[in-house]
Amino acid sequence: MKKNIRTLLVSAVSALTLGSSLFAQTKLLNVSYDPTRELYEEINQAFAADYQAKHGQKPELQQSHGGSSKQARSVIDGLSADVVTLALGADITAIEKAGLIDAGWQAELPFNSSPYTSTIVFLVRKGNPKGVSGWADLIKPDIKVITPNPKTSGGARWNFLAAWGYAAGVAGRDLGDSAQLEAAVKAGKDATAFPVETNAAAREFVTKLFKNVPVLDTGARGSTVTFAQKNVGDVLITWENEAYLALAEYGKDKFEIVNPSVSILAEPPVAIVDKNVDSKGTRAVAEAYLKWLYTPEAQDIIGANYYRPRDTAALKKHAGNLPPIKLFTIDEVFGGWGRAQGAFFSEGGVFDQIYKTNQ
Amino acid sequence: MSSRPANILPGFGLSFGYASLYMSLLVLIPLAGLGLKTSNLSWDQFRNTITNPHVMAAYKLSFSAALAAALLNGVFGTVIAWTLVRYRFPGRKFFDAIIDLPFAMPTAVAGLTFGDLYGYVPLLARTADAQPWTFEIYGLYGLDVRDWCRVTVMLTFVGLPYVIRSIQPILQDWDMETEQAAMSLGAGPATIMRRLIAPEIWPAWISGVALAFARGVGEYGSIIFIASNIPGLSQIAPQLILDRIYDPIDPEKKIAAATAIAVVMLIVSLIVLLLLNGLDYLSRRHRA
Repeated sequence: MKKNIRTLLVSAVSALTLGSSLFAQTKLLNVSYDPTRELYEEINQAFAADYQAKHGQKPELQQSHGGSSKQARSVIDGLSADVVTLALGADITAIEKAGLIDAGWQAELPFNSSPYTSTIVFLVRKGNPKGVSGWADLIKPDIKVITPNPKTSGGARWNFLAAWGYAAGVAGRDLGDSAQLEAAVKAGKDATAFPVETNAAAREFVTKLFKNVPVLDTGARGSTVTFAQKNVGDVLITWENEAYLALAEYGKDKFEIVNPSVSILAEPPVAIVDKNVDSKGTRAVAEAYLKWLYTPEAQDIIGANYYRPRDTAALKKHAGNLPPIKLFTIDEVFGGWGRAQGAFFSEGGVFDQIYKTNQ
Repeated sequence: MSSRPANILPGFGLSFGYASLYMSLLVLIPLAGLGLKTSNLSWDQFRNTITNPHVMAAYKLSFSAALAAALLNGVFGTVIAWTLVRYRFPGRKFFDAIIDLPFAMPTAVAGLTFGDLYGYVPLLARTADAQPWTFEIYGLYGLDVRDWCRVTVMLTFVGLPYVIRSIQPILQDWDMETEQAAMSLGAGPATIMRRLIAPEIWPAWISGVALAFARGVGEYGSIIFIASNIPGLSQIAPQLILDRIYDPIDPEKKIAAATAIAVVMLIVSLIVLLLLNGLDYLSRRHRA
């Protein structure tokens, strides 16, 4: 009797595990950051149809959204993501350091594993009553600026570095042009010194800027709500796609977008969580999923959702919404995320120092 | 102890076993883990973590607002409990039922609702005023006045049920004849309140206030939606714990720093709770 039960249990368990490896291997969890909700809903649908047509099996795609650093932490703490599509490289590096992603992930896919880019723009109230035309206006005493807390929000870190780069006098290039993009990538690889990091004018500018910030929300979505729904502040510094989303959601009669003269090229990267896909047997579909993001079809969806496609044809098609802005990269100006994170946003970094002098 | 004849009901061994297992799994082991993580820091690192000006400001805000909210609830919770028990009015049952709402409501929702609802009240609105209006009082020095009020009101909501639910059963079981006897002996309402009712509800009141305080110190979800969260001015301590947890540079040490902040919160909470319980103990001895 006892033996029977054991056999039964063993067969039940093996049936379960066998079943999961047979059927669940096309079930993918994409752990992403806050503003990509709408983008990946569309991507997932199109990818599922495409994959089914090619492999005869319909993948089941799930998505999870939240502040980028928080999401990274969840994955480290055991959320079994197959792929992560986060706001910045530092957050994926944190998962890599926890041993879940193999080193060298950023070289596995084209363009630093960033299938799309974005940048940082301003959202102002309709008619631009305070006459905001660029970064310089943000430190005027009667302007109130809304941006999230860079400690918890990936978007806020891009905002911060964009402002810093502007104030340090970084020129930027038209990165929609592939020759200029190549030049920027090369400059990023060759750069050895980063004087911008300690630029005194930039420090003064950003300190003044944060004096004009009345509320620091924990994420980009929270700041949008504060600005759009609660009517706090004159300018929202935010992702380009988030600004367009706010226009769509709250009405074009309420807000308008102001493009600054120069901004930062935000490259939200994607990666496979090696440990999870190997234990779940989902590597093949996860790889197909991330590679698919570079196809013309996906690039078109990306452009339609106000992210800047890497594909030049798709970028041209959506150029009406994604006008050329002079951009600089984090690699050429700040030496990449690892360095920028440590210098600016880690405990005791520039962001903490700014608030020390505020009092 | 189970062999003691004085124990009428059997089962001490079993029930004590369950109680200690339960307490160990849910409270003692996680607490020990907290201590263990913190011990990754050297004494200097620990001191630097908790004396960081932003952390100190957050402690001030978290503890003072939680205490103020608990005391507010102490006063108005008593009035509400009294009203509910002593008077009959239409809708009483309804009022009685909704008091537990703060227990059930997700606090983030509460925070958003409060933000919307009181967005027009000058002191409570998460306003567009970028210039902080700071306290000049020692102890709260440097904190933003408006944010302090906002956080306190939010914590008052979160801690509302504790005082009411602590003293309500005592008022309900109160023997009215004692009161009538006192009155017949010439005691006025004030004397009855002071000599009869207050001593009776006092221990429960203390524990209700203590619970509301403890609840307020740890609250996070609603506060981040209603406070401005500016470092050094209006950030609560739990937020600084999260900041450190999300810091990808040197995560081991940052998590140790996060637990260090938490350990200090625990110790201060424990001291406040002991003080409150000590107050109860003193008053009992005084009466005995």
